[in-house]
Amino acid sequence: MGAALPQLTVGVLALQGAFSNHLSILATLGVEGRAVRLPVDLEGVDGLVLPGGESTTMSMLLDSSGLREPIAELLERGLPVLGTCAGLILLSRRVRDGRADQRGFGVLDVETTRNAYGRQNESFESTVDLRAQGSIPGIFIRAPRIVEVGPGVEVLGTLHGEPVLVRDGVAIGCAFHPELSGDATVHRLLIDQIGRSLTTVADASQED
Amino acid sequence: MSSDVTTGSTPIKRGLAEMMRGGVIMDVVTPDQARVAEDAGACAVMALERVPADIRRDGGVARMSDPEMIEGIQAAVTIPVMAKARIGHFVEAQILQSLGVDFIDESEVLTPADESHHIDKHAFTTPFVCGATNLGEALRRISEGAAMIRSKGEAGTGNIVEAVRHLRSILGDIRRIGQADSAEIYDWAKQLQAPLPLVREIAESGRLPVPLFCAGGIATPADAAMAMQLGAEAVFVGSGIFKSDDPAPRARAIVEATTHFTDPSILAKVSRSLGAPMTGIGMDAVTERYSDRGW
Repeated sequence: MGAALPQLTVGVLALQGAFSNHLSILATLGVEGRAVRLPVDLEGVDGLVLPGGESTTMSMLLDSSGLREPIAELLERGLPVLGTCAGLILLSRRVRDGRADQRGFGVLDVETTRNAYGRQNESFESTVDLRAQGSIPGIFIRAPRIVEVGPGVEVLGTLHGEPVLVRDGVAIGCAFHPELSGDATVHRLLIDQIGRSLTTVADASQED
Repeated sequence: MSSDVTTGSTPIKRGLAEMMRGGVIMDVVTPDQARVAEDAGACAVMALERVPADIRRDGGVARMSDPEMIEGIQAAVTIPVMAKARIGHFVEAQILQSLGVDFIDESEVLTPADESHHIDKHAFTTPFVCGATNLGEALRRISEGAAMIRSKGEAGTGNIVEAVRHLRSILGDIRRIGQADSAEIYDWAKQLQAPLPLVREIAESGRLPVPLFCAGGIATPADAAMAMQLGAEAVFVGSGIFKSDDPAPRARAIVEATTHFTDPSILAKVSRSLGAPMTGIGMDAVTERYSDRGW
């Protein structure tokens, strides 16, 4: 890690939702955030954020913008990704109470339930316990619930013992909204993951 | 240990408004329309008995919708459901909160119930959106607890001109306050009849403390994109969808235009072959301006 990492570019899916909040946090971490609305915006991104918003809206726009296939390909090839709230739903392998036509990327081996905590009146603030140590603020808005976790999935954060922050390989899923609380812990997880992925790629190419 | 759980706080209320950014909120009067809106990519629906164009045509007193029709729409879709209460009618708002609507619109489209007081929105768990024609009005609503501001525009006209006026007024004054020195901030607060701390906050941040959406007169994808380019963060479409010839494709086109609002080639593509938009009316023919309601 002696040499400085190159300037990282993280794409933020900007079809609908709280994408600008993510771009602001990435800027405070010294990472170049890029709003992704079309396939051309994905060129050269080192990681991707799928923000909160309405997952049904984003799902429709992923098709109309032609982004679904290229994003699926990048994720299959191991692009580090963070999905918050609706983004978590888009990353989940299985979704309960979704719409029949709703399709996700399935890179997180978890099952989620949409709007599982109830309507907006039940949306809440609380504190998320980190598995490593300490806690971070958790803003849960019509949040999905992670109801099942596959064997290869690490639980990184819990609320009252239930998983709310998980990692499966290079994919991180989060039921709450770190982009609203101003706490950058979750975004740092993504950036660390990008760092590890870049190092792995560099090592692999040296072996060639 | 996880700490306690807090509901209805300011971050939670404003947070839902943040989630609707870049989206389209559509007026619907039946569960079927709500499903059309959701299929088209609406980020929320506004449940009401009559769209503004019909309220305008029918006249009389316009009130909160029948709870049964609101519940029918809640059952039909998974996206957030909003509903309207009359300005100042805190009991209608209490009823809407008990129905579990996700957002309450204290709306000038309905007949006001109080000629000097708006609802004390801090007293509710459910977040509120309020209309504004200028920055002073927007800040007064925020001080009362609104979690989202929308331009009033002139609902039910299919005419964007008033919404443009309101957005330009609000955003222009925010830009001017950004240039003001510390002594001038006091004068701005006085002129705007708005709380000084909110004016200071705007001077520092350069934006409203809550999302600013556009409403009132959007009828085409180009209207939606124009509102976004002017600085709105999402759009409400009232009569413009279900008063047009072919609502489903128009709804979808407006959703795409709101996302790709800076890309004229996409706007041209989605604007093709949508059938006739709602006819609309010129402002000279408007006998009652809803945007004058609210204080």
